[in-house]
Amino acid sequence: MTSTTFQPIAPRPAPVNSEGPLAWIKSNLLADWKTSLGTFVIGGLLLWLLPQAIHWALISASWSPHYEVCHAEGVGACWGVISEKYRIILFGRYPYEEQWRPLIATILLTGLLVVSCMRSFWKAWLPLLWLAVLAVFFALMYGKVFGLTQVDTDRWGGLPLTILLSSLSLVLCFPIALLVALGRRSKLPAIRSFCTIYVELIRGVPLISVLFMASFMFPLFMPQGTQIDVLVRVLVGITLFAAAYMAEVIRGGLQAIPKGQVEAAATLGLSYWQTQRMIVLPQALAMVVPGIMNNFISTFKDTSLVTIVSLYELTGALKLGVNSDANWRPYIIEGYFFIALIYFVFCFSMSRYSRWVEKQVNKSKLR
Amino acid sequence: MSSDTPPSHHHWSWRSQAFRGIVYQVLAVVAIVAVVWFLAHNTLVNMRVRGIQSGFDFLSQAAGFDIGESLYPFDSEQPYWQAFLVGVTNTLRVAIVGIILSTVLGTLLGIGRFSRNALVRGVCLSYVEAFRNIPVLLQLLMWYVILTEVLPSADVAWQVGDFFLSKGGLNYPIPVWAAGQLWAAFGLLAGVALVLLYRRWAKRQFEATGQLRSAFWVPVLILVACSLAGWALGGAPTELNRPVKGDFAIENGGALTPEFLAVLIGLTLYTASFIAEVVRGGIASVPRGQGEAASALGLSQQQEMRLVMLPQALRVIIPPLTNQYLNLTKNSSLAVAIGYPDVVSIANTALNQTGRAVECISLVMLVYLITSLGTSLLMGWYNSRAAIKER
Repeated sequence: MTSTTFQPIAPRPAPVNSEGPLAWIKSNLLADWKTSLGTFVIGGLLLWLLPQAIHWALISASWSPHYEVCHAEGVGACWGVISEKYRIILFGRYPYEEQWRPLIATILLTGLLVVSCMRSFWKAWLPLLWLAVLAVFFALMYGKVFGLTQVDTDRWGGLPLTILLSSLSLVLCFPIALLVALGRRSKLPAIRSFCTIYVELIRGVPLISVLFMASFMFPLFMPQGTQIDVLVRVLVGITLFAAAYMAEVIRGGLQAIPKGQVEAAATLGLSYWQTQRMIVLPQALAMVVPGIMNNFISTFKDTSLVTIVSLYELTGALKLGVNSDANWRPYIIEGYFFIALIYFVFCFSMSRYSRWVEKQVNKSKLR
Repeated sequence: MSSDTPPSHHHWSWRSQAFRGIVYQVLAVVAIVAVVWFLAHNTLVNMRVRGIQSGFDFLSQAAGFDIGESLYPFDSEQPYWQAFLVGVTNTLRVAIVGIILSTVLGTLLGIGRFSRNALVRGVCLSYVEAFRNIPVLLQLLMWYVILTEVLPSADVAWQVGDFFLSKGGLNYPIPVWAAGQLWAAFGLLAGVALVLLYRRWAKRQFEATGQLRSAFWVPVLILVACSLAGWALGGAPTELNRPVKGDFAIENGGALTPEFLAVLIGLTLYTASFIAEVVRGGIASVPRGQGEAASALGLSQQQEMRLVMLPQALRVIIPPLTNQYLNLTKNSSLAVAIGYPDVVSIANTALNQTGRAVECISLVMLVYLITSLGTSLLMGWYNSRAAIKER
């Protein structure tokens, strides 16, 4: 019998630290040789590119509003083009001394858009507020009331025009889209096919052809002697276009409503319109708020196309302001970066908002 | 309404749903016909008053304008319909190449969002957010400025081998046409047939023995070998039409104009950011357990992606991917802003010359409707193949 003496076994290694920055780097950047290789290649590229970009955009850039400085050798970005031209980029051909009017109008409309995004403001009086703000917007922009001088719509431009076209077309397309979406699900064959043809026709062609139609063909459509403002024509075109896409978003929401809801409403004796108004639409619309938001983002970006039919929204105003000035013309790329940044800030915050709404909507489904 | 008999089937009263349905539809048809008639009548009156001619007869007249680039020779003597044809081919050229490139880039970016490397994830995310949130027209204009103003002029063009990049665009060598190229094409066709045979054999092998044959490298090898064999059989022509620097421009060789490049690069980079999101959503929709099960069975990471994740993700991906293809094709109409002669810009020129707005715009719409329909049908066919096979 051999006596067994106590022999301690070697202690197990302490668990690997899985928290903290060092552990994060280990598992996310240097996990195995492939990951490490990727890290070094991409990290190297970034280290090579970023300093150059920063040098061009910030360190050697010129901020002075004098083009002579920019013509000098070895100067990076020339942001002077923006400090020199920002008013024409932001407000287009609007008369210089009156530009406080579009400024206030834009702030009002943007503020209203922000307010409309908050759930606590989704009350019955919100449409009334929209009407009021739009009235003030037009009064400010067009003038002729309260002693303001008249500014015709062909001088409107820049950011106010971009925001006006996108938000007004959203508001106007909504009722059309609602009817078309309901029509596509209707049991009546004639109405259903009209709605389907409308949606498929519009979705099959590019916006630019709709805009060309608005600018070349709408005048022919109208009774002789009637003149419609080019802004109105373009607005009608964008609205018809956006409505087709919006109708599809709403239709998606309608499809997601369980059939039992409609049947229950029928059992209670509700009519078709009562069912839609009180049972189906409130649920469907709440569900598609993210979709509507995404639609709004693409409409907001699409308004840049009106520059092709000679309306001077942001893109058009930039070309108008910089291309006509031979001294600043070479620096239009800095101008493009500037308005790209404006678009990015608007669209990025809207898409973040839409993600947030999506989470809120899904929260109610969690149990 | 207290009768015991059930209401007769054809009980035409205002209260019956069927009757109201018919009334609504008749009203809708009458309203739409009235609106269309009103618009058409106004149009006809306006055209008569303004002395605008109508009809498609102008299509057979000489166009009277030159087109900067076309796949086949075109001069101003040729009729309008041929000009439109040039526009359509230019649109299709940029759309097809753009669709292929943006699919490749978008798929890589979408998969990159799942990388274990944080840098790769970060780069893919920033790319998607940056390119998605800036209007595509703005991006096209920016690329056009970069290509025409930032790049060096032709006499100091950037050169890599026989490739030149300058304000004049991209110049590259093209093979001089000889019988060898034709034979190489035949070889390629034969290679495709061989690959199909190989795939059938590989599938049978897999079903019989469970052994997986290479599904990428062997077919690629077959294709390359067959085309090389055909090329060698045709006398192995090696003559190239090389671009050379001239005084003002780069001559000879093939060339891609800055307009084409700007439209192509802009559309590709923009659409790729959307496709990346589509791919990411598709992969995210596959339950995690599937991937874990795959690695538990000992599949490598690539096999896991190719055999388990992607086939399931494809079902979610294909419909929105189709939408992105349609969007890219429609967005190619923005080429008019930078002067690439696509169908819209040619229709625009024709419109300004002849004043036939109705005809030109309907032609453009028709072209896009047909392309959209064609893409939808093609992708619908592919979708039905990728869909779950159910009894």
